[in-house]
Amino acid sequence: MLTRRSLLATTAGTAAVLGLGPLAAVPAFAKTPKNMAVMAKQIDDMVSLDPAESYEFTDNEVDANCYSKLVIPDRKDPSKIVGDLAERWDVSSDGLTLTFHLKSDVIFASGNPVTAEDAAFSLQRVIKLNKAPAFVIGQFGFTPDNVDSLIKATDPQTLVITLPALQATSFVLYCLSANVGGIVEKAVAMKNAQNGDFGNGWLKTHSAGSGPYSLVSWVASDHIILNVNPHFKPQPAMKRIAIRHVADPSAQLLLVQKGGVDIARNLTSDQLKSIAGDKALHLTSANQAAQMYIAMNEAVPQFAKPEVRQAIKWAIGYQAIAQHITPNTWNVSQSFLPKGLPGTLDETPFHKDTAKAKALMAKAGLADGFTVTMDYISHAPYSDIAQAVQADLAAIGIKVTLVPGEEKQVITKTRERAHQLAILEWFPDYFDPNSNAQAFCFDPDDTNASKVRVPAWRSHFSDKTLSEDVLAAAKETDSTKRMAIYADMQKRAWEISPFAFMLQKNDVAVLREGVNGLVLGALPDFTSYRHITKS
Amino acid sequence: MLRLKGIAQTLGSVLVTLFGLAFVTFIIGRVVPIDPTIAIVGDHAPPDVVAAARKALGLDRPLPVQFVIYLNHLLHGDLGRSVMTSHPVTQDIAQYFPATVELATTAILIAMLIGIPLGVLAAARQGSVFDQIVRVLSLAGQSIPVFVLGLLAILVFYVKLGWVPGTGQQDVLYDGMVPRVTGMLVVDCIIDGDWGAMWDALGHLALPALVLAYFSLSTITRMTRAFMLDALGGEYIVTARAKGLSATRILWRHAFRNIAVPLITVLALAYAGLLEGAVLTEVIFSWPGIGQYLTVSLLNADMNAVLGATLVIGCVYIGLNMLADLAYKIFDPRVR
Repeated sequence: MLTRRSLLATTAGTAAVLGLGPLAAVPAFAKTPKNMAVMAKQIDDMVSLDPAESYEFTDNEVDANCYSKLVIPDRKDPSKIVGDLAERWDVSSDGLTLTFHLKSDVIFASGNPVTAEDAAFSLQRVIKLNKAPAFVIGQFGFTPDNVDSLIKATDPQTLVITLPALQATSFVLYCLSANVGGIVEKAVAMKNAQNGDFGNGWLKTHSAGSGPYSLVSWVASDHIILNVNPHFKPQPAMKRIAIRHVADPSAQLLLVQKGGVDIARNLTSDQLKSIAGDKALHLTSANQAAQMYIAMNEAVPQFAKPEVRQAIKWAIGYQAIAQHITPNTWNVSQSFLPKGLPGTLDETPFHKDTAKAKALMAKAGLADGFTVTMDYISHAPYSDIAQAVQADLAAIGIKVTLVPGEEKQVITKTRERAHQLAILEWFPDYFDPNSNAQAFCFDPDDTNASKVRVPAWRSHFSDKTLSEDVLAAAKETDSTKRMAIYADMQKRAWEISPFAFMLQKNDVAVLREGVNGLVLGALPDFTSYRHITKS
Repeated sequence: MLRLKGIAQTLGSVLVTLFGLAFVTFIIGRVVPIDPTIAIVGDHAPPDVVAAARKALGLDRPLPVQFVIYLNHLLHGDLGRSVMTSHPVTQDIAQYFPATVELATTAILIAMLIGIPLGVLAAARQGSVFDQIVRVLSLAGQSIPVFVLGLLAILVFYVKLGWVPGTGQQDVLYDGMVPRVTGMLVVDCIIDGDWGAMWDALGHLALPALVLAYFSLSTITRMTRAFMLDALGGEYIVTARAKGLSATRILWRHAFRNIAVPLITVLALAYAGLLEGAVLTEVIFSWPGIGQYLTVSLLNADMNAVLGATLVIGCVYIGLNMLADLAYKIFDPRVR
C-alpha cells in the first residue's frame, strides 16, 4: 500500500532524513518524485466533492478522477456515448425504459465490487437530496416520491431506469454522464450518514468511488491529495496526484519552470506567449465548453429593438480580441452551443463591420447612440475585453460606462435582472445541446414568478418559437431531426437573441519536459489524470 | 477595590468593542451586493434550490432576527459553518490562523532584531553615510508594494539562485507526515523530531517571513530612529554626557530605555498588522493563513467565515493592546 513515508523513501535524500540527523536532512529543493504528479492550480472554487452536490470546475474535475459513471461521452468522438460502468444498455421500444447491464469486474477503492444497487442508490440520493445539480436528472420528472420505484436494481448487475415521460435517449444518457451521475458506494455513504443526509456531509470532503484515484485530503484553498485506487484497472503510472492551490499565475509559472510542480493549469495568455521557446516545457490544450458572451437586458428600451442587438453583434471586433487579448486561451465562438457539443454550428457569421452596425442603429432610430452601463468581472482577461468592447461600441455611438465587480457580484446583479450590458461566462451542465439551449432560449414565463430563471429569463429574452423548440428537441428521439432543430435554433438566435457570443475557452496546461498524458476536455469532468506519465 | 473597578472597565470596553465589531461586520456582510447562495448552489441552480439554500442560511428572516440568532450562537462559542469548506468556522480558524501566527511571529522577530539596532545606531550617527543608507533602505521598504517585493524575492532566491524552495508552507511530499499539535509547522516538526520536514518547513517559511520582515523593519527602523533622536536631545542625556558616561551606556541604558514605551506601541501595531493576515504575501507565497482564508471567504460572501475571522482578528488586536498596556507598566514606572 502506498503511504506518504513510502513515497518519501523513493526520493533522494531520504537516507539522510533517516540516519544522519537534523543537519544532514537539509532537503534539495524542487523536483518531484517520479511516481507522483504535482499540479499547481487555483482550487479556491471548491465547495463539495459529493457528486450529488458538486458543480464547480475543480470539484467536478476531482470527482471525475474518483468516481465512475454508468456512461460517458467517447473521448475521441464525444458525439457518441460509451459505457463506463455499463457494459451495454437496452432501450425499450416505447423509449421509456433504459436497462443498464453493469461490468462485473469494477471495484470500489474500498475493495468492494460495484453493484447495480450502488448505482440505484447514487441516482436516488441525487433526487432526494435536491442539491444544486439535481435538476440534471430531476428534469426528466423524477421526484423524491417516485424515484425509488423508477430507478431500481433488478439484480446485482442490472439497473433499470423508467422515465416518467418520453425523452430523447441521447439526452438522458448525456445527463447520466454528467458529474452528478457519479456512482457512490452505498455502504460507505450510509455508514457515514447523519440526520438522513445519505452521507452528504461526509462525502463533501471524502470520496467513495471506483475511479482511478481516491481522495486522501482536501484542505480548502491549500491542497488536494489523491492516491491511486489499488483496484482500478489498468493501474495509473502516477500513484499519487497532488494539486497545490497557487492563486497567482506568475507563481505557477515560476514553479513549473523550476520543477517545483510538474503541471501548471492557470497561466495567462501573456505567460503562455513568454514560454513559447522554452524547451523544458510543453503545452496540452482542449476546447472547453465555457463561453464568454455579452448579455443585453431587453428591459432596457434600446435593447428591446432587434436592430440594436444586431448592431452590437456587428460592432464587436471578435478576431482582434481573440488575437491580441486572449491568444491561446479563448477562441472566437458565436453560437450558443460551443464547439465540441453535439449539434454545434461551426460558423462565425459576425465580424466587425462598423458601417453595417451604424446603419442598423440608424434603422432603430438611434443614430445618435445612447449611454449604458456594462458589468464585467474585474480581472484578466475580462478587464481588457471590456475596454475593447467599450471602444467598439463607442464607434457606433453607444457610450458604455464600465462597471467592474467580483465574479459573484456580477452574477448576483444579473440574477436580479439589474444589469444593462454584462460580460459573462457560461458552461453547460451536461454534454447535451439541451443544456445551453435551455439556458439561452427557454423563457416561457418572463414574469418574476417564473420558476425557470436561466440567462434568457435574466435578460428578458422570451421568444415563443425558441421556447417551444427547446421542448420539442428534448423529446425528439430521431437524432438527425433533433440536431436539425438545434441548427435552426442557433440561426434564429443569431438573428434575434440578446446574447452576443464572443469567445470559447481553450483550456491550456503547461507540463514539464517528460511529463505527458494529462487529458483535458470540453467539460471539467473530462479532465483525466490516469494517463499521466513521467520519464 | 480600585483594581476591580479597573478590570471591570477594561472588560466592559472589550465587550463593547467586540459587539461593535460583530455588528458592523454583520451589517456589511448583509449589504454587500453578493448573494451568498451562489457559493453554495452555484449560478445554474433552479429557484427552489436557491430558496432552500437561503432558508438554510437563515437569510429568509428579518435582519434584526438574523443578528440576534448570530449573537446567541456566538455567545455559545458557535461561529457557524463555512459554506466554502463545509467545516465549522472555529475549526477553519484553528486550521489557518496558526500558519499566520508562525509567519507573522518569525517576521516580527527578524524585524525587531534588525530594525531596532539599525534605528538606534542611525540616530546615534545622524547625518552619517550609515544613517543615509538606513534611511534609504527604510524608505524603500515602505515604498515598494509588498507583492512586488514578494515576486522579486521569488524570482531571485527561488528561480535564479535556488536558495529556497517554492511557494506553499511545505513540500507536498511532507503533507500529513507531521502530527498537528500547534498548527505551526516548524514547531510541530521539532516536536515530532522530523528534521527533514523541519528543514523543508523552514525553507518555505524563510522567504515570505523575510519579505514581511523587511516591510515591518522599515517602519520599526524609522520610528526607532525618530524616537531616539528625540531622546538624545533630552537634558538628561546632556547630564549623562557631562557625568562622563560612555557613549554606549548613554545610548542603550539611558536613551533607549526611555523610548521603550512608544516603541512597544509600534511593535504591537506592526505585529497585529501581520497577524491580521498579510493578504498579498499569503496569496503570492500560497501561504495557507488567515489572510487567504478571509479573502476567499469575502469574495464568496461566506459571511460566517468572514465574521468569525474578523472577530478573531479583533480579539488579537485587543489582546495585543492589553499586552502593550501591561508592558508600559513594566518599562515605565510612571505608569504604575
